[in-house]
Amino acid sequence: MDRLTGRGARRRALAALAALFALPWRARAQPIMNPAPGVDARTINTPQGALQSILNGAAMRRGRVRLELPSAAENGHSVPMIVRVDSPMGKADYVRRIDLVSEKNPVPLMATFFLGPHMGRAEVESRVRLNGTQRVTALAQLSDGSFWFDAADIVVNESACLDGG
Amino acid sequence: MAARIQVPREARRGDSIEVRIVIQHPMETGFRYDSLGRQTPRNVIHRFECRYGGVEVFRASMGAGIAANPYLRFFVRAEQSGDIECRWVDQENASGYASAWVAVNG
Repeated sequence: MDRLTGRGARRRALAALAALFALPWRARAQPIMNPAPGVDARTINTPQGALQSILNGAAMRRGRVRLELPSAAENGHSVPMIVRVDSPMGKADYVRRIDLVSEKNPVPLMATFFLGPHMGRAEVESRVRLNGTQRVTALAQLSDGSFWFDAADIVVNESACLDGG
Repeated sequence: MAARIQVPREARRGDSIEVRIVIQHPMETGFRYDSLGRQTPRNVIHRFECRYGGVEVFRASMGAGIAANPYLRFFVRAEQSGDIECRWVDQENASGYASAWVAVNG
């Protein structure tokens, strides 16, 4: 096995670092797709990586998905969340997966639900932890491969992820 | 792991059955410290799946973003009488199981 201190490895690491800094600042600061239209892309930097890794270059459109969150929560330890997708859930047209992405949590991808044509209804309810006031995005992929999303803003007075949470 | 599953006892064929399950689990985030300052290791139920009549109908991959004592509500289309079985596993490899029988008529 190559030692990490080997010249090749170090050179590669340096080249990768140099390549990162060579990117124009705007390219690093802005996502390819803005998950929250109307909001400055530079203010929503945490969920981008998660969203882009799911989208894998595909585009996502707003619509067909409805994410229900209360507009305000006393604390972020357990916030009720319902996500619904407008889909017939038949053999030919169903929802393949739903991803929940948080803007402020230390781990942006909160959960992924894998659905299928046996469910009859594309609706999932759960309770989430939220680390502060933020925008939550629900991203759904349909059986035809297209991505749809909805985003909801929530005010969290006392965030989760504090000690005792 | 204690869990409670709620499914209607009877359903008409073709209807969507509502499955509700709550599992007793801390869903430890890994960001918590105990009184001695030691970090509590992350331990969440990261995989959950539901089978109906032996066929996987729903699966969830969860992270620390799901609240403690995870609750899930989802639907399954009634096709024939059978068990709705849920299985899950956490990061310490502790697993759990809960099931409910549903009678389908029509």
